[in-house]
Amino acid sequence: MAQNGTTENGVAEDGPSALTFPKPVKVQDIRHTMIFINNEWLTSTSGRTFPTLNPATGVKICDVEEADKDDVDKAVEAAKAARQRGSPWRRMDASSRGRLLHKLADLMERDRLLLATLETMDTGKPFLQSFFIDLDGSIKTLRYYAGWTDKIHGKSLPVDESFVCLTKHEPVGVCGAIIPWNFPLLMFMWKIAPALSCGNTVVIKPAEQTPLTALHVGSLIKEAGFPPGVVNIVPGFGPTAGAAIASHMDIDKVAFTGSTEVGQLIKEAAAKSNLKRVTLELGGKNPCIVFADCDLQLAVEETQKGAFYNQGQCCTAASRVFVEESIHDEFVRRSIENAKKIVIGDPLDPRTSHGPQIDRQQFDKIMDLIESGKKEGAKLEYGGAAVGEKGLFIQPTVFSGVKDHMRIAKEEIFGPVLCIFSFKSQQKVIERANSSQYGLVSAVFTTNMDRALSVSAALETGTVWINCYNALHAQTPFGGYKMSGNGRELGEYALAEYSEVKAVTIKLSETL
Amino acid sequence: MDASHRGLLLNRLADIIERDSVYLAELETLDNGKPYAVSYTVDLPNVVKCFRYYAGWADKWEGKTIPIDGDYFCYTRHEPIGVCGQIIPWNFPLLMQAWKLGPALATGNTVVMKVAEQTPLTALYVASLIKEVGFPEGVVNILPGMGPSAGAAIAKHMDVDKVAFTGSTEVGHLIQQASGSSNLKKVTLELGGKSPNIILSDANMDDAVEQSHFALFFNQGRTYVQADIYDEFVERSVERAKRGVVGNPFDLKTEQGPQVDQEQFNKILGYISSGKTEGAKLMCGGGVAADRGYFIQPTVFGDVQDNMTIAREEIFGPVMQILKFKTLEEVVTRANDTKYGLAAAVFTKDIDKANYVSNGLRAGTVWINCYDVFGAQAPFGGYKASDHKNCKPPPGTTSAHSLSDIWLLSEP
Repeated sequence: MAQNGTTENGVAEDGPSALTFPKPVKVQDIRHTMIFINNEWLTSTSGRTFPTLNPATGVKICDVEEADKDDVDKAVEAAKAARQRGSPWRRMDASSRGRLLHKLADLMERDRLLLATLETMDTGKPFLQSFFIDLDGSIKTLRYYAGWTDKIHGKSLPVDESFVCLTKHEPVGVCGAIIPWNFPLLMFMWKIAPALSCGNTVVIKPAEQTPLTALHVGSLIKEAGFPPGVVNIVPGFGPTAGAAIASHMDIDKVAFTGSTEVGQLIKEAAAKSNLKRVTLELGGKNPCIVFADCDLQLAVEETQKGAFYNQGQCCTAASRVFVEESIHDEFVRRSIENAKKIVIGDPLDPRTSHGPQIDRQQFDKIMDLIESGKKEGAKLEYGGAAVGEKGLFIQPTVFSGVKDHMRIAKEEIFGPVLCIFSFKSQQKVIERANSSQYGLVSAVFTTNMDRALSVSAALETGTVWINCYNALHAQTPFGGYKMSGNGRELGEYALAEYSEVKAVTIKLSETL
Repeated sequence: MDASHRGLLLNRLADIIERDSVYLAELETLDNGKPYAVSYTVDLPNVVKCFRYYAGWADKWEGKTIPIDGDYFCYTRHEPIGVCGQIIPWNFPLLMQAWKLGPALATGNTVVMKVAEQTPLTALYVASLIKEVGFPEGVVNILPGMGPSAGAAIAKHMDVDKVAFTGSTEVGHLIQQASGSSNLKKVTLELGGKSPNIILSDANMDDAVEQSHFALFFNQGRTYVQADIYDEFVERSVERAKRGVVGNPFDLKTEQGPQVDQEQFNKILGYISSGKTEGAKLMCGGGVAADRGYFIQPTVFGDVQDNMTIAREEIFGPVMQILKFKTLEEVVTRANDTKYGLAAAVFTKDIDKANYVSNGLRAGTVWINCYDVFGAQAPFGGYKASDHKNCKPPPGTTSAHSLSDIWLLSEP
């Protein structure tokens, strides 16, 4: 997700030349709309389907088979069988698992335009972002974990007395994964890549709003040559398919990315059923602290990207921007100027840098919070309204004079709303930044190295960005403190979440 | 360049080596003499796997943050050493090139490599592939030449930050000295061996005979056989050696090709001769296998004693020396009585004996019920004069125990 800043500020008025930008493909029909189990495409046991809509137009793209508990059961059986003793997946060299992951990455490169088009149709995110950021991150994540497969080391340990003691890092087993709608493909890869790298099998439920790219990847998984049952995809709803995964007695681990509320339900269900291992990536109310000695234009641009990227639909959204008093007014002025450059439009148009929100439910929630900001006395500096009478587009919105007690200061908005606060004291702003049940990411803007290091040490978040925002890399762990989550994804750290440690201790007789 | 991009380039190099593996295998056999069947099915796939393995490490070679005392922020970065000189031998030209280039390039170094004068061809072809893949200019430089001139120039160069050498212990000494008398460049050496292969009386005899025969061609030094199975083992090893097919390396039936050059050929015949004069019992072979080229018969000496030349010095030819032993304690002592410590093997079904022997042997790799099992993933290096690293090796790389299928600690 590392940003290169080329797309948010729109393009020249005469439009891009045909040679410089990749273009969306014409999608005649959606090839993959069924449940994927054992490398086969199945209809739902219940006979039900559900529609998936294009949020830019409100038009249905297609119907998708709806998985429920029975389908999840089938998928789990397939995943169990795929990893039983003697199975191809289990007997495969670790390095060969890596080859398969690389092959899948190659196929995604081949189908990159199609995948980016499908992602934009399903989510509303601008096409060039799908192509350059979502697809790039997805492919790189796969290749990163392809490289780990035969480097997952246990140890030999110097224990007391005559024993040879070894540890092996084995797969956890069948991994359930429940992923959100904001980065469908990227989240799919963040889950399956480390899981498969460690030798697990997977049952994954994409979000009901955005199943399409996951299902296309199912076809690539089969094409790449993964044995049947290694990856199973069950599109459906949280309370049915998702709950079935969280409480399944034969799923050994569940990984969830989504809201904190649902995260709590999943952890409870995991505990009540079979104590399956749980990792959670949840919400955030992420603070940025902008000091007077920062590079001001950089801070304005980065915090704005942080607030508005993906229409604000990021767990990492920069939702509280604390600006030191002496530069506050200039910061606000520049933020407004910067916001004016944003181009709202058809996500498939390469000039668009801001698309619709994902659905009516989110739209209403965001508008409600924007209204609360106005009512509770924050100063609306820019935007603050829907675009047009119908549709799901919301103007990028800037509030200043926000106070810590306001709803927009405390609740996760998940929309394009930049909230600017003023501060005087470094000590106090750190306390204000930390006083949240969340602790996902934070950012510090300063040119003073000492300050950067000491403030980053004080912030209670899983990631601290210094003079940048949304700088995510496959090599770097990501995850939350407090109620923003449990565990880490990406980097070497994710491997621990998908492995089980076995210690083997062999008696050595001393008589020889 | 992003570390991950270095990895991508190494993966692409693996892909195009795979693409050209028929040609490379032919070239390797032409230059080295090893059977084409072996070049194609063993050397080439392992070269490809080696590059792919190190490609994966490029963006995973991590430093640490360290909680030291006081108000400090302390972290380590693992940076490239710089310009790495690499001098490789003639016995596995392509594979040795991969073993050297893989880790050096994955960690961001640049390389000046001198290939063996007996076998320069495949490395030079790979250089053209390195260019095709898109490595920037100057990252890999390959020099065909001689040891005393080009090799020595690398070892004592003031702007080379590290030298890695695989070859004889004698030359290893010289390189280590050259580093000391020039710029103290870091040195890693993979040198000779006189690897003991220990056969206990409860070993699977078929396996032991076959693996020991196969090991003849790969640095295997001395075969110790427990007294009560000694006669049977010798008889079956001789029978196996007599069945060995020596011939044109491009013939797919050939198991053993020629030695690499006149010098090696003469040296091996010299050792065989010393075996006879010092009283070892020549059981089969012992002579030239063809009337041209450098072919030597698979040769088996029995009743070898520890103090014989053929038991102490590295022969580097198809000559098996079989020695008898009674007890485990005795054989471990005798096996360790050598200036070398590269590898070793033990054949037994008993878990306790396997652990006792492998833990007691001073060798960088111990194989249990197998021989010459290499994986890109497993470290390889020697104890004592077989190896020298003058920087602390990462944990776990000073000794490797490779277990064969018989020793699965957990069933898959």
